[in-house]
Parts: sequence; C-alpha cells; structure tokens
Amino acid sequence: MDDLYREIIIDRYKNPLHRGELDPHDITFEDDNPLCGDHIRIDLRVGPDNRVTEAVFQGHGCAISLASADLLIESIIGKPLEEIKQLGREDVLEMLGIELGPVRLKCALLSLKVLKAGVYGLGEASDDLVE
Amino acid sequence: MAILHNASLNVSQIRADFPILARQVRPGVPLTYLDSTATSQKPLAVIQAMDSFYRQSNANIHRGIHTLAEESTAAYEGARQKVAKFIGAPSARQVIFTRNTTESINLVAYSWGRTNLQPGDVIILTEMEHHSNLVPWHMLAAEKNLRLEFIPVTPEGLLDMTAYAELLKLEPKLVAFTHMSNVLGTINPAQEIIRLAHQAGAITLVDGAQSVPHFPVDVTDLEADFLAFSAHKMCGPTGVGVLYGRKELLEAMPPFLGGGDMIKRVSLRSFAANEIPYKFEAGTSAIAEGIGLGAAVDYLEQVGMDAIAAHEAEIIVYALERLEEIPGVSVFGPPAEYKGGVASFMLSGVHPHDISQILDTYGVAIRAGHHCAMPLHEKFGLPATARASFYLYNEMEEVDRLVNAIYKVKEMFGS
Repeated sequence: MDDLYREIIIDRYKNPLHRGELDPHDITFEDDNPLCGDHIRIDLRVGPDNRVTEAVFQGHGCAISLASADLLIESIIGKPLEEIKQLGREDVLEMLGIELGPVRLKCALLSLKVLKAGVYGLGEASDDLVE
Repeated sequence: MAILHNASLNVSQIRADFPILARQVRPGVPLTYLDSTATSQKPLAVIQAMDSFYRQSNANIHRGIHTLAEESTAAYEGARQKVAKFIGAPSARQVIFTRNTTESINLVAYSWGRTNLQPGDVIILTEMEHHSNLVPWHMLAAEKNLRLEFIPVTPEGLLDMTAYAELLKLEPKLVAFTHMSNVLGTINPAQEIIRLAHQAGAITLVDGAQSVPHFPVDVTDLEADFLAFSAHKMCGPTGVGVLYGRKELLEAMPPFLGGGDMIKRVSLRSFAANEIPYKFEAGTSAIAEGIGLGAAVDYLEQVGMDAIAAHEAEIIVYALERLEEIPGVSVFGPPAEYKGGVASFMLSGVHPHDISQILDTYGVAIRAGHHCAMPLHEKFGLPATARASFYLYNEMEEVDRLVNAIYKVKEMFGS
C-alpha cells in the first residue's frame, strides 16, 4: 500500500503541475476509462520542428490516473512527436515507480492512451496504443 | 502428467487425468464414453482450476480494486491470452468470450450481418451444417430478405467443390461453413474454401466446434475472418465459448448485447461502446468457466494437438474397419482419411434410439438422433443415425466394446 501510494503520487494528485487547458492548441484528445469513469483530456502545442512546446491535461480520476497524467505531461514537453509515439506502458510505470495489477494498470495508462491517440491523430483511442 | 509428444499418446496415463472415466455406469459395468462430439469429459486440471478459483479468488472482474478482484481479472484475462495463442490469433483482443459456438455465430449474424447485409445479398452455407450455423442465418435472411445458398454434399459425404466454385459467381457476402462435420466427421478443406471466398470478395466464418478440440487450428494460417468454438467440447466447462474475429471487422461492428462492461460511458439517453473485446461482453461473464477454458488449453497443449489428431486418426481407422465388418451395419460419411474421430452408423432393422439404449446397458455411451443436422439426414433419407465419437482418452479396446455391444443389439432384435 505504501508502495502504491508513494509520496510522489499523492503529491502530484493533490498538487498537479501541468493541469490546465490550451486555447488555441495544435492537438487535443480526450477519453474515458470505462471501468471507473475516469476522464482525461490532453492539449498540446507543437513547434515548427514537431516538438511539443506546451502540454497540459485536465479531467477527473483516481490518484494513480491523475498522477501518471501529470508525470507523463512533464516528460513530453520539448520532445519530438515521433518520440512520443514510441512511449509504452513501461515508460509510465517507470515514472510512477510502482507495479500494478490489471485493473489499476488501466488507470495508470489512460493518459498515455489519450496522448498517443492525439499524437497519431486517431478518431478513437484503443488499448493497442498502450500494449 | 508426463505425456509423450510423439505420434502415439499414452492413453492410460491420459485416462487417469479424467476422474469420470474411472466410474462404473452401474456396478460391474465400466464407462465407455463415445460421445465426446456432444461434449468432452473434463480433466482434473480443469475441475481444479475452477474449484480453486471459487475457493481462493472469486470476485467480479475488471472493476474491483481489491486483491480478489485483481486475481480474478488476471486469471480471466490470462485465459483470453492462452486461447489467443492456442488458435494463432494476432492479439488477445480478438478473442471474445461468449456462451458457446451458437452464441458466437448469432453474434456475427446480429452484429455484422444486420449492419453489412442488404436485401438480395447472398450467404453461402453447406448442406452439412449444424443447426447453429443454419438457424441464425435463416432468421437474418427472413428479416433482411437475403438469399441462402448451400454447397452440396456428395454421396461420399464431402463438399462438392465444383458446385462451390459455381456458387461463388453469385458474389456472396459471406461464406459460413463447418470445419468438421459433427455427423459425417468430414474435415473440410477450410484453407481452400476461405481462399476462394476471399477471391470472390466474401468474408468467411468457420464453425470450429468440432475442429478446434481435435486438431491444430490456426486462424492466421487459415486467414479466417471469424472462428467460433465452444469450451465444453475441448475438455473445458460448459457456459463459455469463443468468437475470434479479424480486428477491422470486430472494431467496425456494433455491439451485440447491451449492458454493463460493454460501455465506455453511458448517459440517460445514450451510450458509447467499449473497445473490443469488451464491447461484445455485456454483463458479468462466466468467470470461473473462462478460467476453466484457460486450464483446458494448457492441458491440450501439454498433450499436444498433433498427437491428439494422430491418435484420433488411428482410432477412426480401426473403428470403421470393425464397424463395417458387422453384417447390417452401414457407416455414414467419407473414408477415414477425410475425417476426424466420428463414426455415424445405421444398423438395419433397428432404430438408433434402440441401439443407444441397449448399448447403455453395456456401459457404452453413444448418441442417437439427427445430431442437430436435420437437413443433412433428410438429404440422405435417414430419420436418425447412431454416432460413436472419439477423443484423446479413448482406447482401441473401447471400439471392441462398442462392436461387441452392437452384436448384442443384433441378437436381441434378431437382425
């Protein structure tokens, strides 16, 4: 339990650093976790060199889903879109520094799924993006 | 369990894995179970997987955030992965758990069929289908005014591939066929049927109820668009079946049943469907049974599907040889080389129900009737047949017991 709710997770949940909305934005995407109703939207601005210049998220959810969104957003600022497409579940788990069972994994990966669906320009998010 | 992976199975060792095979039908009368085509027996490993799920981990899956829910979700989704690997599916997301083969086919008819078929469209089936691959299409044809055509069965009990080539000129939208007949035992040339269907622009549904349990089936090799099968015929429990589908098809299909677990979000007046496979799995699933299916897949893989197929090929050769030597017996279906372990037969002057009843007094369990394939029986002018079917746990000696019991039937009827 202590592991699951590491200080950084509680901290980012209570005091996120990258919550917000970008208007205008170059990329936006939102999706739900049907298991618990968590909802996350991500907005990005992208520079002429195809790097992310600004990124924020908004939504509601559990500590794990919102902390992972905040950490994920932080990690992509300045990164090329091509590199973001390569991100996988291991990257998110590494940021969180915890191990998760199949149910909570869905919480942790919602933001990555939303991010990648947006970057790929998909109509719908799919679990394939985070497999 | 130490099983040989080469040609011949250690059948006595396998039999020890199936508790029911040790029972006597009545005192002094051992069980000779020759009805695996209807449903197979279950090895201890499957029974124990379900038992220990209920004793240790029982909780509802997917939503719960507690240890039991995590364990049951992991076990259930683990079973999905095992099934995917077993049939060569590219992803576990293409494996949908249903109740059985019948429900899998109905799912395709309701969801894919209603969306993609227009009045006048042609569906090709075969004359040797089980009712489960006939009636859903009858119902859909009546609703959408579709045209059903049938690949004829030759007098030997094979599909008439020349006639099939002709039917394909009708530009069918779907070709749905059984991989192996539950009556004739015929193993149909699925790869060829699918290749020709695709050339003609049709998609394909393979009824694998009798093939997946008995020989290696790989959806990627076959290039099948849909494959349907049931757990209970492959050493697994009743109540769970599988629909495999090509991803693009599944993703474009609307949901089948509505309810919990199949949604992404719901408002009072609308809903958005979940992703595959959950989109097609409304309500609480047969969780223990799904886990039991996973254990059945483990068991079959441990024994080896090639070895199982080789064993059945051996036993059917012997069974046909012994049955055909009985005066008055005629066996229905093609020669052994074209079929799996199914022997349907008639005994002149004795109705199959009476055969089955008398065989039972000797502990021999066979099936009598039309085996859910009335049109096929009608074609051959038979009201019913008697059917003995074989699986990995059957021994040559059981064929002898069958044959000896048929001689007793003849004695009793003076035929």
